[in-house]
Amino acid sequence: MATDDDIVIKVRGLENGFGDQTVHKGLDLDVRRGEIIGVVGGSGTGKSVLMRAIIGLQHPRAGSIEVFGQEVSQLGPEDAKDLRRRWGVLFQDGALFSSLTVAENIEVPMREFLALPQALMDEIAGYKVSMTGLPAEAGPKYPSELSGGMRKRAGLARALALDPQLLFLDEPTAGLDPISAAAFDELIKVLKQTLGLTVFLITHDLDTLHAICDRVAVLADGKVLATGTITELKRFDHPWITEYFSGPRGRAALGEETKKAA
Amino acid sequence: MTDTASLVEDSSAEGRTLRASGRLTIVHLGEIDAARAAITPDARPLTIDVSGVERIDTTGAWVIHKLVRDFDAAGSKAVIAGATPDVQRLIDEVSANDKPCTMRPERGSATMRRLETIGAATVHNAENVGTFLAFLGQTLVVLFETVIGRRPLRWNAVVHQCEQIGVNALGIVGLLLFLVGMVVAQQGAVQLREFGAEVFVVNLIGRSTARELGILLTAIMVAGRSSSAFAAQIGSMKLNQEVDAMQIIGMSPIEVLVIPRVLAMALMLLLLGFFGSLMAIIGGGLYCWMALDLPPVAYVQRIREVVPLSDLIIGTVKAPVFGMIIAMMGCFQGMQVTGNAESVGARTTRAVVESIFVVIVLDAFFAVFFSALGFK
Repeated sequence: MATDDDIVIKVRGLENGFGDQTVHKGLDLDVRRGEIIGVVGGSGTGKSVLMRAIIGLQHPRAGSIEVFGQEVSQLGPEDAKDLRRRWGVLFQDGALFSSLTVAENIEVPMREFLALPQALMDEIAGYKVSMTGLPAEAGPKYPSELSGGMRKRAGLARALALDPQLLFLDEPTAGLDPISAAAFDELIKVLKQTLGLTVFLITHDLDTLHAICDRVAVLADGKVLATGTITELKRFDHPWITEYFSGPRGRAALGEETKKAA
Repeated sequence: MTDTASLVEDSSAEGRTLRASGRLTIVHLGEIDAARAAITPDARPLTIDVSGVERIDTTGAWVIHKLVRDFDAAGSKAVIAGATPDVQRLIDEVSANDKPCTMRPERGSATMRRLETIGAATVHNAENVGTFLAFLGQTLVVLFETVIGRRPLRWNAVVHQCEQIGVNALGIVGLLLFLVGMVVAQQGAVQLREFGAEVFVVNLIGRSTARELGILLTAIMVAGRSSSAFAAQIGSMKLNQEVDAMQIIGMSPIEVLVIPRVLAMALMLLLLGFFGSLMAIIGGGLYCWMALDLPPVAYVQRIREVVPLSDLIIGTVKAPVFGMIIAMMGCFQGMQVTGNAESVGARTTRAVVESIFVVIVLDAFFAVFFSALGFK
């Protein structure tokens, strides 16, 4: 069992809901330092709500959420700002500011938190553009001029602007073609290795799960049903999990893996 | 753990050593980059000792990489010593991504930029007029086909739009014109009292509202209310690809979206304009009764004497024309939406501004036209 020091996100007894509808009840989750955790679950099981609760966009009804050992709901404005500087978030469609260019979007967090000379910010934004696999001429473009995949990359570059230790990704490969999706997976893996990132990844993409996730957390019935490596989860006896990993798509993605291992 | 970062140089005749220590992270980036800028390459080789680094992120690695790069470019040499595999990997990753990269658009000279802006705006406006004329033509063709029965008229949509444009606007249009009627009466009475001609305030109210103010103010109000709504509705449908879906299924967006709005607007503006004029006359009458002791019966009788039927007809003839143009402006701007949500906002604003502008211009045209025809 990991010690508390190694746990970056610790969720206990979380309860979330809208009106009469309860999304989470008694949800527990640990995310360890330096791992990529994949969060899966059927539509409507509250994967995005869980992410929003952790990053403080959704106020939970009950329960505690600790990030880097600090209780998120108890923080004062200054501490909350400091905490936000340590994580980066990639929303589903990039959520780029549409009135700013890609380069300006990447520089927004730097401008907000640090007083750096413009030339230096340009240099940093420049290598982030290249690191996230955007073409060199993408800097002056506006988000509406980019394709979906490029918007995601630009969103990732903005999420990485302050060199966060923790990265939240909401369906990063949804809507990308398989080649771009594989390249995105590879990119996240490389960034994780070089930057030592902890990654909280929501996905439907079985290939992504197999390719980059260290552990997978399955959300169902308002809680985390099981966490573990894919091999561990396959032995878990629950209809949704069995169906998920042993259905035709699950087998196809996993078949690859076994062949590679053999 | 210290929360500082430093770059300290030890130099001797045969070589220079730079000791990097502390936390080379983005928080300390300002200081370490300033320290880096102070180190200028010369013939002696530089050893960058990073063994004292506690934490490093890509920005720290970037500063180290820039040193190495600048020394190489100056024909000297810089080597990194004491790097753990992780630090080395980070520096390698950053150096691999040091590629020339455009950050902002090319800007050129100020005069050229100004000329370019003027040119682009001129071309854009000319194109806008062209596309509007094309849209106008299309709409009129479809309207004609609807009238002669070659296309179905969507009655449901027409009735729904009539409710939105007309019935729901009764309150605000009525109140506005009622107040304007009172103001005209009050201001008119103050001025006419100077000449002892207070009684002519009835002529002022009757003629100005029946012929001009009633319909004009109603049209402006409706343009602000409904033209913007049309642009926003159609614009968001456009963004959501609903308009494309319609076309694919074989429904003409002009027939489904534009024609019902244009017809409903023409009809409703006619009725609202009449209603508005009536409310202005009532407002003025109320003022006359309260302030000038002119009883309502006498007021109505005076109105009937001084307002010729032609005034009412002129006011009424203008209404459907204004209505059609307002509706078309709104729908046209909605159809021009492309790209993002910001475009919906910009187009909605243009729909309101341009439709009010066109209504006032047309009204001026009508005024000259009817005067020339001899309607005094």
